[in-house]
Amino acid sequence: MEFTIRVWRQAGPGSKGELKVYRANNVSADSSFIEMMTELNIHLLEMGDEPVAFEADCLEGICGTCSMMIDGVAHGPEKGTTTCQLFMRSFKDGATITVEPFRAGAFPVLKDLVVDRSAFDRIVQQGGFISVNTGNAPDGNAVLVPKDQAETSMDAAECIGCGACVASCKNGSAMLFVSAKAAHFANLPQGQAERYRRTILMVEQMDKEGFGACTNQYECEAVCPKEISVNFIGQLNRDYMVGKLKGAGGK
Amino acid sequence: MTLDARIPPGDIKDKWTRFQSEMKLVNPANKRKYSVIVVGAGLAGASAAATLAELGYHVECFVFHDSPRRAHSIAAQGGINAAKNYQNDGDSVWRLFYDTVKGGDFRAREANVYRLAEISTSIIDHCVALGVPFAREYGGTLANRSFGGVQVSRTFYARGQTGQQLLLGAYATLSRQIGLGQVRMHTRSEMTDVVVVDGRARGIVTRNLVTGEISSHRADAVVIATGGYSNVFFLSTNAKGSNTSAIWRAHKRGAYFGNPCYTQIHPTCIPAVGEQQAKLTLMSESLRNDGRIWVPKSKGDKRAASSIPESERDYYLERKYPSFGNLAPRDIASRSAKEVCDDGRGVGPGERGVYLDFRDAIARLGRPVIEERYGNLFDMYAKITGEDPYNTPMRIYPAPHYTMGGLWVDYNLMSTVPGLFVIGEANFSDHGANRLGASALMQGLADGYFILPSTIGNYFASSKLPALGADGEKALASAADESRALFTKLVNIKGKRAVDSYHRELGTLMWDRCGMGRNAPGLNDAIQRIGALREEFWTNVNVPGSSNDLNMSLEYAARVADYFELAELMCMDALHREESCGGHFREESQTPDGEARRDDQQFCYVGAWEYTGKVSASRLHKEPLSFDNVHLVERSYK
Ligand SMILES: Cc1cc2nc3c(=O)[nH]c(=O)nc-3n(C[C@H](O)[C@H](O)[C@H](O)COP(=O)(O)OP(=O)(O)OC[C@H]3O[C@@H](n4cnc5c(N)ncnc54)[C@H](O)[C@@H]3O)c2cc1C
Repeated sequence: MEFTIRVWRQAGPGSKGELKVYRANNVSADSSFIEMMTELNIHLLEMGDEPVAFEADCLEGICGTCSMMIDGVAHGPEKGTTTCQLFMRSFKDGATITVEPFRAGAFPVLKDLVVDRSAFDRIVQQGGFISVNTGNAPDGNAVLVPKDQAETSMDAAECIGCGACVASCKNGSAMLFVSAKAAHFANLPQGQAERYRRTILMVEQMDKEGFGACTNQYECEAVCPKEISVNFIGQLNRDYMVGKLKGAGGK
Repeated sequence: MTLDARIPPGDIKDKWTRFQSEMKLVNPANKRKYSVIVVGAGLAGASAAATLAELGYHVECFVFHDSPRRAHSIAAQGGINAAKNYQNDGDSVWRLFYDTVKGGDFRAREANVYRLAEISTSIIDHCVALGVPFAREYGGTLANRSFGGVQVSRTFYARGQTGQQLLLGAYATLSRQIGLGQVRMHTRSEMTDVVVVDGRARGIVTRNLVTGEISSHRADAVVIATGGYSNVFFLSTNAKGSNTSAIWRAHKRGAYFGNPCYTQIHPTCIPAVGEQQAKLTLMSESLRNDGRIWVPKSKGDKRAASSIPESERDYYLERKYPSFGNLAPRDIASRSAKEVCDDGRGVGPGERGVYLDFRDAIARLGRPVIEERYGNLFDMYAKITGEDPYNTPMRIYPAPHYTMGGLWVDYNLMSTVPGLFVIGEANFSDHGANRLGASALMQGLADGYFILPSTIGNYFASSKLPALGADGEKALASAADESRALFTKLVNIKGKRAVDSYHRELGTLMWDRCGMGRNAPGLNDAIQRIGALREEFWTNVNVPGSSNDLNMSLEYAARVADYFELAELMCMDALHREESCGGHFREESQTPDGEARRDDQQFCYVGAWEYTGKVSASRLHKEPLSFDNVHLVERSYK
């Protein structure tokens, strides 16, 4: 297959970027998008050009490292799929494909397609955990967790922290990410002790990081490679209000 | 130097308890005066960093990833073992210990393995407390499944994403300590060297991957938790960033390398398709609980799987190993797949593949049950191959997956450099010559949550660690200079050939010569060719850009440079070990029916290599292994 690839090139955090046009020839339909980009880079190298900086690691759709806006859609055209699990057979031979970074106010571009998503880590550092030190745990079966609760918790916990939700939201909101983190714990008995405090501290940090507000457009759910449900946002909002009423969240 | 494993005396069942009650302690107020560097935040590193911080130590944690949550542990699918005996099927600490020693083909240290089995149950308890959403039964209790090489159900799991959920648990608890200021996290920082002062590890050198800045960091102890080196084969199931550099540089500073040739080739991966392929995808071993493995009985049978009648199928694992069947251990399952393919009965492109068939399980249990158990794995398979595994059997083939070899450590998980600890896949410890499924997650978390936080205290309490004087400062500065020189050298070669192309050639060579089957002429030839290729690399590699900014080609080049050296050592180790054991199959040493033939007379030891300035001049040290509890027998799964 053959493609015209328009890629965002930006030398560093402060620099001005632009779309550059390259050709990708002899691409196998079985190649993944990342493999196609790797071949493109080898070609650029041969031409004496600097390869495009982009990130990918596990290539199994689970680590959340890969982050490309492909033709304006986070992770490209296939539903429930990360960039690394996207295969070239999903594109028309001869197509022009535009590749840009996951842009958002809270995700500064470091170089080309590489962005800084450490704001997510800082949100988790404020409350995305259960406070229990090693050595304190009762037997694993001491607390029974009904199967449906465990499943709901797991549905939320599947979030891979890639930031597609933020990149596709016109407000750059992180509500899907934060609500998934909160729901993972809020649906387990072990997560109850810190439920409201956790919610409030994470939401406050989210605001501090400069993520935008959620205006219920649900672009986030549509692009989420793990198809995390926006219903968790409703639960987050409720817990936030209850928490505020209870005066939770003080340090 | 003689190798002292420092195994506590006494009955195997009491060693760890006894160690803990007799170890020296650091009093709580003094703990914050000690600083520990932890390199890596996979299951091993994140759990260690968090627990050390809970105890009061000051921790600096470094990862090359943009976040600790992205460590390769995230990709583990199938599960984690623990001797809980929740299924009432006769499991016990003893049985897990026995299975692991036998599974490792009697090449692991008994005392370590017993401790691992003992701790396994606390790991599950702790992970549940941290909110890991393990699979549950309707009554709310924890669910289990089986893995290869065992006859009980002791594997805990979270859909097909167990590693992800365990890592998120460790990441969460690490994040709490970062929020509290007990851990300073350094992301996008690659460790490039260990700094040894007066014979002890006292710091590291790192490269900031965004700015290219090289800096040195001091500490009272250094913990390396940087994972395995299967990417030496280029194509493997590991994440692209997994590398050997941290442990290799530590090796060059004095840490012995244990059993480098012990690599695990996992039986169930999606077969390779094309020249541009970047990695091989694992299909979890848990699939072997319900999938049946087969190939056509006759050579070159090109019919579609569905048109091959039952009587013309060879379910070769069930035939050869009736008591374990499709759940035979990994080394055996992989070798059997290679055998049938070498025999001309492989399926799919290039005939390098065997079927993993769910037809019977779907008929027996119904599609919804299979979907619930393996849904995400089936989806992943469908995405990658474009085939629907609910209707046509999966095609699978073995691929490099895990490295049992790694830096040699004693019972305290300390390397031959005092103050340098190694945990998780990066060390050589508990799996001998073959790892059983679902036991790497167990080992990483046992090391990080429970073992290291105890043994490191014992080290501090029993060592004098003076503040770094002028010599120390000099060592830190000169190690940093050496790292700078390395990166400058690489960008200045300005040759013609891409890093990727060297890595592919090295990987193919290793797969052919030091993969599933090994023999003396092949290994000798590989050693020659690795040397020649390495020489070419250092004169002709093309690393564009500069060393002072985000430069992924440069990061990659430095890692491949280390693979060249490691590859040579792997071949030397494989060559010297003239026996077959576990994943190390020396073609010269097999039984008449083609099974691995161990040679306990000559090779019942850990081979630990000392770097002496040149890989080819590495010196072999032996740690003899004694089996006082599980008797040395020929491993049989028939
Ligand atoms: C696809 C797959 C599936 C698996 N499934 C299972 C399973 O079901 N059950 C099981 O028990 N095991 C499984 N394993 C094995 C298991 O996942 C790994 O052995 C284990 O997770 C390794 O953990 P670790 O903490 O040692 O290293 P890793 O998780 O690899 O973490 C390494 C860390 O070190 C950092 N690092 C590496 N190099 C450097 C450097 N030079 N400088 C700075 N930082 C560095 C990285 O950033 C990362 O944080 C699987 C493995 C694979 C590949």
